[in-house]
Amino acid sequence: MRQTFAIGIGGAAGQGVATPGDIFAKIFSRRGLHLNAYNAYQSIIRGGHTFLTIRSGPEKVTNMGDRLDLLIPLNQDAMNRHLGLLASGAACIYNAETIKPGAPASGVQLCPLPVSTLADITRNKVAQNTLAVGAGLNMMGIGFQALEEVVSEQFKKKGEPVVAENVGIARAGYDYATSNFRPFAQPVPMTENRYAVLSGNIAMAMGGAAAGVKFYCAYPMSPSTGVLHWMAAHARKAGIMVRQVEDEIGVVNMAIGAAHAGVRSMCATSGGGFALMSEGLGMSAMMETPVVVIDCQRAGPSTGVPTKTEQGDLWQMLGAAFGDYPRVLAAPLDIGDCFKIIPEIFNIADRFQCPGLVLCDLLLSEGRLSVDPKDLDFNPVIDRGELITTATPVSSTPGNGGYKRYKITESGISPRAIPGVPGHTHTAATDEHEEDGILISDEFTNPTKRRAMMEKRMRKVAGIEAAVPPPALVGPRDAEVTLIGWGSTKGVIEEACEILTEQGISANQLQIRWLVPLHGEAILNIVEDTRHTFIVENNYSGQFARYLRSETSYVPNGYIRKYDGEPFMPHHIVEAVREQLSGKSNLSVPAHEIMV
Amino acid sequence: MATVLAPPKTVADLKGKVDPDWCPGCGDFGVLAAVEKALVELQIPNHNVVTISGIGCSSNFPGYINTYGMHTLHGRALAVATGLKLANHELTVLVTGGDGDGFGIGGNHFVHTMRRNVDLLYIVMDNQIYGLTTGQTSPTSRVGMKTKSMPFGNIEAPVNPISLALAAGATFIARGFSGEQKHLTQLIKQGIQHKGFSFLDVFSPCVTYNHDNTYQWFRPRVKKLEDDPTYDSADWMAAVGKSLLWGEEIPIGKFFERTDVPTLHGAEPVLDTGPLVHGDVQIPPDVARSFIAELM
Repeated sequence: MRQTFAIGIGGAAGQGVATPGDIFAKIFSRRGLHLNAYNAYQSIIRGGHTFLTIRSGPEKVTNMGDRLDLLIPLNQDAMNRHLGLLASGAACIYNAETIKPGAPASGVQLCPLPVSTLADITRNKVAQNTLAVGAGLNMMGIGFQALEEVVSEQFKKKGEPVVAENVGIARAGYDYATSNFRPFAQPVPMTENRYAVLSGNIAMAMGGAAAGVKFYCAYPMSPSTGVLHWMAAHARKAGIMVRQVEDEIGVVNMAIGAAHAGVRSMCATSGGGFALMSEGLGMSAMMETPVVVIDCQRAGPSTGVPTKTEQGDLWQMLGAAFGDYPRVLAAPLDIGDCFKIIPEIFNIADRFQCPGLVLCDLLLSEGRLSVDPKDLDFNPVIDRGELITTATPVSSTPGNGGYKRYKITESGISPRAIPGVPGHTHTAATDEHEEDGILISDEFTNPTKRRAMMEKRMRKVAGIEAAVPPPALVGPRDAEVTLIGWGSTKGVIEEACEILTEQGISANQLQIRWLVPLHGEAILNIVEDTRHTFIVENNYSGQFARYLRSETSYVPNGYIRKYDGEPFMPHHIVEAVREQLSGKSNLSVPAHEIMV
Repeated sequence: MATVLAPPKTVADLKGKVDPDWCPGCGDFGVLAAVEKALVELQIPNHNVVTISGIGCSSNFPGYINTYGMHTLHGRALAVATGLKLANHELTVLVTGGDGDGFGIGGNHFVHTMRRNVDLLYIVMDNQIYGLTTGQTSPTSRVGMKTKSMPFGNIEAPVNPISLALAAGATFIARGFSGEQKHLTQLIKQGIQHKGFSFLDVFSPCVTYNHDNTYQWFRPRVKKLEDDPTYDSADWMAAVGKSLLWGEEIPIGKFFERTDVPTLHGAEPVLDTGPLVHGDVQIPPDVARSFIAELM
């Protein structure tokens, strides 16, 4: 069992849940601890209920976990919703003057703060938050200096008096805990490591910068907007043209226009915006102009639940745009992978001149994770494929000379000249076309030529398959249970496997990162030897299970699904596996106990 | 190499790989001829020109001219052109299309591209009908016009492209007539030379499906603004007044031009060091380190 410490902070939007969260996150990461943060919130600017979970520990923390060690409710509502989550050994710090505790489980320490005697609440509206942070850190066995540093940085912009006031309040909370509250049984540890803490959206934006993206455009849409925000804030330093566009149709077309001029071009959206982009992907495929589009999934259909997570867009991605065409579709496995996957998919999209799709979700996009800065590699392999950027003597025949943009080749890849190169003028069309770009459409039709062009494009699929590695099984080959997941569920399934193994049920994991190409044969070879397989996914209909069956005819022993807007917790998967092993059912839909 | 880099000397150098498949007498022939003449007169090398269209009869245009071309999606040419221009602002960008493509399905991009002052020339071959889909009402079809989709006559008010462009902030606004070649060629030249968004609405009669707005109907009505020495194309209010004229007298020519608005690519410091397409792919190591440091 990994040693972790988890904090939950709940309150209304606008009450300042984020600041204590940031302070804890900074202090943990500076102690060399890993961390994973997830904010459950609503589509409201003021009010409602938000619940931030920060889980930290000396080893990798891959998900929000199953239990809380410390709860800080900032209002009565948060107390009422979440006190029941605490088990023996946990503590709850709260404002004794405004919040009444319910009945906690035995062994839970209630820590009431007399806020108005410790701080001047007429001057400082968020004094209760800062006092709670101070008290909490004391109970974790963390020295005050760490807190003083972070609080000073946090309020530096507001001037010295504000810094002094807040440090004073933090100190009051810290000291009050010394004489009034019991410290936690295990003090929070410390290591020599140093991590960067970032969201999946920041990771994908930085991954784009590392990949050499020079054009990024978007229309704001939760939960993808963080990519736009990072890009816009860093555009000038990174030399990236960033545009906010009138709608997602304009976004994808503008991105393809920039890509056609010869730069790496990217955009991000969520399911609804992606639906508008669909026709544009067909254009990218038909003109053979590579573009990378990120879909940060939220709970659908339609407007759905804008601030909640889901893996419900898989079939939209598989079916986006009409007609057959080569595409690449990848789902990052964690926030670090959100960075890494972008240069990788650009290389494939560039080499095979086709759209590259990244299927992320709110859990990764807006969650935060500690990542080793060495893993944020700004010098990745860059392969632009067969791109003609300067005139060569061979191709310098004037005017309508020898250059064929859509030359029929064995690989299906035709060297791509960018506008501005002498001797290579041609028209790239969304209509079917001949090798030299002349339309096989309005001008004339020709079944033989149409077939040849279709086959040329689709030959790229074999090359893409060879360029993408097949998935691999992690854990003992002869395990009793195999859990199959895709994308963001990697971390929680990993922990579920550990817990199952501790409980005497050996488990291994097959996590899918590349969805197209799928490598069905390789998957069949793996599952051939498994004993009980379960497909775990965050949607109603088992979209991946249906896809896997359509590609391989494979049917697993059971399914574990969740579609309530919240991510899986490890115990959801563990309990579902046990339920299904006992033969009760082959479909489990765990209930989310945290009321957010 | 020298022969390759030389600009087109004659219209023949700009001839595309295939001949246009427009109906005999189509107004679009006149627009193509005028664009070719303008490019020859301006002596822009054809590999530095990108002609971008949407979908429709007139959107087949890029295939008929020997420049780089993009024949994109219905209504999306301006969005594609904006991205292309921002990635390589040294290219001369021409966007060609019809009234359905530009004012109907592409109406949103039309408005936003104008307010952004993207440096390109947008030529709309306005025939007030949907041709390629065999004759339905378009956004510029007049009230009462009978088409296959409105057989009892159009009851919807048409859009006024010139007024719309004036309201949306286009910095060069003109109207041409396919039947007035020399005049049209001059407007195209001016539109290419203008730094910013140039909008050129061209009456380009559909001889097959629009029997109301024919060459014969236009000829006596069109009056060149250039023939009126008192007309000042820097006067926005005067342009609004002229844009509302429709009937016995229909103005053609340059309605409006202003040169004091920065282009989109000119207003963006990221492009100060030159076109993105010619820059380094990777960002400098010290900049990369600073991005990571922010997260520590």
